[in-house]
Amino acid sequence: MSTVGALLRKELRMELRTRESVPAMALFAVTTFVVFHFGLDRDRLEGELASGVLWVTLLFAAMLGVNRLFVAEREQGGFDGFLLAPVDRSALLLAKALALFAFLVAVELVAVPAFAVLLLGPGIGPALPELLGILLLADVGLAVVGTLASALAIQTAARDLIAPLVALPLLIPVVIAATRATAPLLLETGAENVPLRWLGTLGLYDMVFALLAYAVFDFLLED
Amino acid sequence: MYGKGLRTLSAATCLALGAAFALVFFYAPLDADQGFIQKIFYVHVPMAIVALLGFVAGAVMAIGHLRTGDRRWDLRSYVAIHLSLILGVGVLITGAIWAKASWGHWWVWDEPTLVSFLIVFLLYATYQPLRFSIEDPERQARYASVFAITAGAFVPLNFLAVRLAESLTHPRVLSTTGGALPGSMRLTFLVALAGMGLLFVTLWKYEMASKHATAQLRSLRRKLGGEEIASPGRSAAPRTAAPAHPGA
Repeated sequence: MSTVGALLRKELRMELRTRESVPAMALFAVTTFVVFHFGLDRDRLEGELASGVLWVTLLFAAMLGVNRLFVAEREQGGFDGFLLAPVDRSALLLAKALALFAFLVAVELVAVPAFAVLLLGPGIGPALPELLGILLLADVGLAVVGTLASALAIQTAARDLIAPLVALPLLIPVVIAATRATAPLLLETGAENVPLRWLGTLGLYDMVFALLAYAVFDFLLED
Repeated sequence: MYGKGLRTLSAATCLALGAAFALVFFYAPLDADQGFIQKIFYVHVPMAIVALLGFVAGAVMAIGHLRTGDRRWDLRSYVAIHLSLILGVGVLITGAIWAKASWGHWWVWDEPTLVSFLIVFLLYATYQPLRFSIEDPERQARYASVFAITAGAFVPLNFLAVRLAESLTHPRVLSTTGGALPGSMRLTFLVALAGMGLLFVTLWKYEMASKHATAQLRSLRRKLGGEEIASPGRSAAPRTAAPAHPGA
């Protein structure tokens, strides 16, 4: 646990000092909302369309973070350093996933209010508690699968291409569940209840992929 | 070693596929709603089932590779996934033809099985580029196995999620598992399924035998000290270490 803490602290300190990922992801998300405004030619969105725009934007913003996640390890020999240390290798997976989770939460702190101001028709206030729950559940899935895809792609010659190509299909169930769960919250006629089965799907997905990533991650480091 | 029993297996495959097509055209009744076009079902559905099972088999073989460290398991997994990808193209094409004939569109989004299959296919389409962009053969095998296991576990989860997404608005009309079929149709379907399964196994064994023979040939040439075969360069296919030569 202390290993994970140390790695996570390193991760967050690096992000605070270099500001490589989160500002770019947040800016990307806001710009994408503007692009959607012109692409769809709509001033106000609600219901399924609003939910879809929000989640597709967050997904693509997450891809930026996924692409950068292991770059420092690869370019500055962090993998060798980590492998020389007598610690459990899964600690790196957990620390990276937690870091990506933190990045996603930070991005959403900017992106969701921006979405509410720029594009969302109905007020976001009444939907907020449920939306927070969905966001956190989906972020776990995004973080776990993103970390796995990033680790899979980082040693390849075409890593910027491979990571999204692997991660996007794997994340489609998250997109399905998150958009379906969010859509009733953003209706013009007022927020309706979130169907519980989507939260269940998200939870199941998070659990399965967390176990799976834990099982296979070691093999990506063995060198 | 992979060549053993190939002749019998090939004969059985031809027999099963021949019987399946004979049953499809002369025995199975015309579907009351869809007529003749429904017969594509006997190609499309077995192909899809075999392709999905091939993906899962690839994942199981990849587990074998990671557990034992034996690169031959990676080769087996690679060949299985490769074949499944080829079958997958067939599934998508026959599915599109069926959709066009019975619903009037080349693609319908409210058929969860078809949509899930497309997602799985898109995921596995990354398998070859992933392999191709890793030069070190040992690392290539290891990363490909990790991918195969992840993707193999994703297959059932994805089907669950997509089906959940559609089931409320669109009740399933035709059970594609053959559960609700009348007897004659079910028999035809089962024979077609067996034929397609045999075809997969036969092709898999052929491909394995061919790869095995190539590797053996290379090692023999090296032993003779003859000119090195031009290195194939970067490749998505696993480069097997020379197999243990009998008597060497």
